[in-house]
Amino acid sequence: MDLVANNLSYKPDDQYHLNEVSFNFKEGNLYTILGRTLSGKTTLLKTIAGLLTPDSGEIEFDGKNFLKVPVWERNVAMVYQQFINYPHLNVYENIAFPLKQRKMDQSIINDKVMDALKSVGLLGYEKRKIQELSGGQQQRVSLARSLVKNAKILLLDEPLVNLDYKLREQLREEFKNLFSKGLADETILIYSTTDPRETMELNGEVIVLDEGKVLQVGSAKEIFENPNSLKVAEISNDPPMNIIEAKISDNNIKFEGINLEAPQHLSKLTEDGLKIGLRSSDIELNENGHEFEVELAEISGSETLLHLKRGDTKIIVSIEEVLNFKIHDKVKINFKINRAYAFNSDGKLASSPFGGLSGQN
Amino acid sequence: MNKLYIFLKYFFIVVWTVFVVAPFLWALTTSFKDFQSVNGGVTYIPWLDFEPNLEGWKVLIKSPAKGGVDIIEPYFNSLFVTCTASLISIILGTLSAYALSRYTFKAGFVKNNDITFFFISQRIMPPIVLSIPFFLFLSSINLLDSLTGLIVVYIVLLMPIAVWIMVDFFNKVPREIDETALIDGCNPYQAFLKVVLPNSIPGLIVAGMFCIIFGWIDFFFAFILTFTEVQLLPVKIVALNSSVTPWWSLSASALVSVAPLIIVAFIVERYLSKGNLSGAIK
Repeated sequence: MDLVANNLSYKPDDQYHLNEVSFNFKEGNLYTILGRTLSGKTTLLKTIAGLLTPDSGEIEFDGKNFLKVPVWERNVAMVYQQFINYPHLNVYENIAFPLKQRKMDQSIINDKVMDALKSVGLLGYEKRKIQELSGGQQQRVSLARSLVKNAKILLLDEPLVNLDYKLREQLREEFKNLFSKGLADETILIYSTTDPRETMELNGEVIVLDEGKVLQVGSAKEIFENPNSLKVAEISNDPPMNIIEAKISDNNIKFEGINLEAPQHLSKLTEDGLKIGLRSSDIELNENGHEFEVELAEISGSETLLHLKRGDTKIIVSIEEVLNFKIHDKVKINFKINRAYAFNSDGKLASSPFGGLSGQN
Repeated sequence: MNKLYIFLKYFFIVVWTVFVVAPFLWALTTSFKDFQSVNGGVTYIPWLDFEPNLEGWKVLIKSPAKGGVDIIEPYFNSLFVTCTASLISIILGTLSAYALSRYTFKAGFVKNNDITFFFISQRIMPPIVLSIPFFLFLSSINLLDSLTGLIVVYIVLLMPIAVWIMVDFFNKVPREIDETALIDGCNPYQAFLKVVLPNSIPGLIVAGMFCIIFGWIDFFFAFILTFTEVQLLPVKIVALNSSVTPWWSLSASALVSVAPLIIVAFIVERYLSKGNLSGAIK
């Protein structure tokens, strides 16, 4: 039972929320929609759920025209980024709501609700009011409500984004367990997020969305190794990939007075306007390196993010330890240039260290 | 500092309470006075300052033939008209408010906000402007001097209040709650009845209370649109006045007429303090 979309477009105002989006989702798989805020992720999920009708294009599910099926008959489930539950019902009644709506037997409802509560770790909370739960628990209730339905299509719209760091880690782990249990083989699971790390960890098929347009489709590994454009490289890395305007000539990469020997996959590129992409984790502090000035140093968790500047070139370096720097400090860094990407002047991938398009130029 | 704060707090509470309660106490004692104790200087305490009697209260239930005014029928007329008009206004107002909050309407340059404003604009006009059209309208459909006619007019006056309060309330109920209900298998009507409405009880109570208050206290339209067949309480109370102002029966009728509002306020206060929408979105 595939979910197939053809050229979905939705333009409620002067901007495209969806722009010719097509996909083919197969049952039993996890799909991650990666995109920045306002890239059209929620619009896409709502279109699949039936809450929005696209201006043009079609969706088929199980060979039938899905656009003709009203929301309440589609058998989808959706978890929102805000923790949406029914405030007038308690935890048990919230989870039982979709089953009661289907007029199931009370004993079956009871079994299913208990199973769902168990799988999200909320046994014993049945009688609680929604308002008495923490944000994480509220989100678990809405997850349980969507699991209990055995929906054919399960939509998760940035379910972790409004939670604090600790809870996010914990719930993400639980999500992975839930998803890997197979969840029911015939379910199509669609998960939207802005977080590249989440995308990599969930390790499903990734759809990179920007301004309503699909930029790239591929496995998480593929997107990570061979982002097909500058945009994808920015969206799929956190902090975004460093983009350096450089010249390659005589087997050397030159920028801001720095000369780096070009690795093999970049050495054949000669055209003008090339941009070199390097992840913040592929730059390291090194006594014998090149001097940059610190513009900002932020400590996030156990790593330090250094915003550095040299001439017009600004880069971000992430270091796996907590270090103290002051603004205008001078630091010396080394580039792991054999892990660098190159992009054409029009933003397309020219060469990647993982072999994508290498040697084509 | 802390003691001063507590002192000031209770000081103002006491002052305010006296300010609010004193007129009621005054009306209560006055209702048991006779001509002599009202006009012969200030008297405060029953049995000590004056001899209480029930004459002021008896006038209210005596038939006009025996020199009374009989407010019992107008009282039930008022209750019936106010409750019926409020109920219908709340039902119609809630439905239109939900539509205005959730769906987009467009007719030329007229959009949702303009429609909402149209409802409110009904209350901007001074009642006197509406009185002649209402009079002509009711007389043309033969509903002058009837309960039905009054209910129709009161719905026109009360529904804008319901719409106004409920639009604002529904705008604060996250749309995602309706959407979740749809996804969970409700059709739009079920989503409204099973999910949106139970979460709107505080709003419904506020709107209902305003409708009842404004309906109950209206004198103007009740006065203009009725003559002999039907009378409402406010009109009847005014009719009490004669060449000698009967302060005792006026006080008694004042107390009787605010009683329903006080009872409603006590019941409603319980519900309002529960406020159960806070957990919808964190």
